[in-house]
Amino acid sequence: MSTAVASTFATRWRDPLIVLAVILAGWQSLNLWGGDNVMTSPVATVRHAVELFGQSRFLPHLRETLTAYFVALAIAVFGGVSFGVLMGAHKLTGEVAEPIFTALYSIPKVTLYPLILLSFGLGIQAKIAFGALHGIIPIVIFSMNAVRQVNRTYLRTARAMSLTPMQTVRHIIIPATVPEIFSGLRIGVSLTLLGTMLGELFASQRGLGFLLMTAIDIHDVKTIMALALLISIFAVLVNSMMLAVDRKLHARL
Amino acid sequence: MTDDKTAVAAELVGVTRVYPARAGHAPVHALGPLDLKLHRGEFFSVVGPSGCGKSTLLDVLSGLAPPTEGKAFFEGRPLNDTVPDGIGVVFQEDASFPWLTVFDNVAFGLRRKGMEAGEVRRRVDYAINFMGLKAFATAYPAQLSGGMRQRVCIARTLVMEPRLILLDEPFGALDQQTRLLMGDELLRLWRETGATVMLITHALDEANLLSDRIGVMSARPGIFIDVVETGWSRDRDSTLAADARFGLVSNRLWSMLRSESMRAMGQQTGERAAEAAE
Repeated sequence: MSTAVASTFATRWRDPLIVLAVILAGWQSLNLWGGDNVMTSPVATVRHAVELFGQSRFLPHLRETLTAYFVALAIAVFGGVSFGVLMGAHKLTGEVAEPIFTALYSIPKVTLYPLILLSFGLGIQAKIAFGALHGIIPIVIFSMNAVRQVNRTYLRTARAMSLTPMQTVRHIIIPATVPEIFSGLRIGVSLTLLGTMLGELFASQRGLGFLLMTAIDIHDVKTIMALALLISIFAVLVNSMMLAVDRKLHARL
Repeated sequence: MTDDKTAVAAELVGVTRVYPARAGHAPVHALGPLDLKLHRGEFFSVVGPSGCGKSTLLDVLSGLAPPTEGKAFFEGRPLNDTVPDGIGVVFQEDASFPWLTVFDNVAFGLRRKGMEAGEVRRRVDYAINFMGLKAFATAYPAQLSGGMRQRVCIARTLVMEPRLILLDEPFGALDQQTRLLMGDELLRLWRETGATVMLITHALDEANLLSDRIGVMSARPGIFIDVVETGWSRDRDSTLAADARFGLVSNRLWSMLRSESMRAMGQQTGERAAEAAE
């Protein structure tokens, strides 16, 4: 029995552990090859990342970034799902808005950042707007497709069972669309983080992106690496959780 | 018993159904005018060439679609664009909900009606047992074969205790052996529930084996060109296929359908050519 548990554990974690080992080995090699002025070692980076949390000036910046990110995410999720569902359910709205969103999806949003700065200023609002702009587009497109692709037989079944419109929405349309909408959320969550961080990098006075730019300006490699590590860990954790839920939702389809 | 034989479960009077014109397409006269009386407790099948309006007939008889002209009645009351209590419909496509377990799929309609949980469990357990799904009650449809999923859909209809069951080619997507076995199960269900059954099918042998009467439809617009009484006993099953009389009925059905099927093929070829020319 314990052998079976051990073997399941090994199968499940073997590949991620191999990937992690390769990354750490490559990272350490670059450190040995280029020295601390190019890239700090994994151990030194982790140590400095922990030290950052002990610095009183660090936490307000972290709070600023997390606030901007979660507010942007809330806007992207609420706005994206609402508008996407409307576009999917209402043919004319969908036909008008779909090309606009598809075009927005393909252009680099950075080109719009000056407009956002002019509209929202250098404060947290601009970062929130830029993060939400990145996240909302895939959420809209996936939500729209989810509603458009609801199996017609489910809707006929709803009519054959004399369900009310509210019952049809609650018990058929919502559960039928959730997996596809969640796939959009998964991409939206990643892109919102990207947008928020980009906003902080280009023009901002607070936040992790601002700290990163300051560290780049004074060539503080240790801080650059520690911040990059923290942001990466956050992104990987959030994305892994979303991916796990996504897989669970799609496993039944 | 005599009353049961003659009582009418559902009726169509002078029914036609015309689909209105869409962009680039002329209106389609799909059905009728036709009359039909389904006797209470009988097993009635409808056969006809593809595109003859069989599914439209089911839509009108269930209340899913209103007739363009004429009237549809269920137990003497006119249908008005809703499916009344007492009618259960099973579609050809897999209509099991992938987000629910087999148990929850079967319980779906009862819960929407606000039935008390104990009664839901009792009825669902019975239907699941009846359809041979007991071992799969906690499974999701994705874990089941096509035949099992169709059983889930039949159980979901059965559990509502319908007095009229309408089936639109429910075994169309299944392999031949599974079809035969499902046919036997359908007969068992029909006998035990005492419901009136109308089955739409394109398989002549299936219609022959299962039915008391078989309505043969013409190419579009579909009307009944004949109604064949099979005369089989109520406790029949798929072994009936070896009976000499079975072959005679099948031959009779095919001799009527052959020319209609050729007409239907001509219609479809003509429509495709017209679409290509546009």
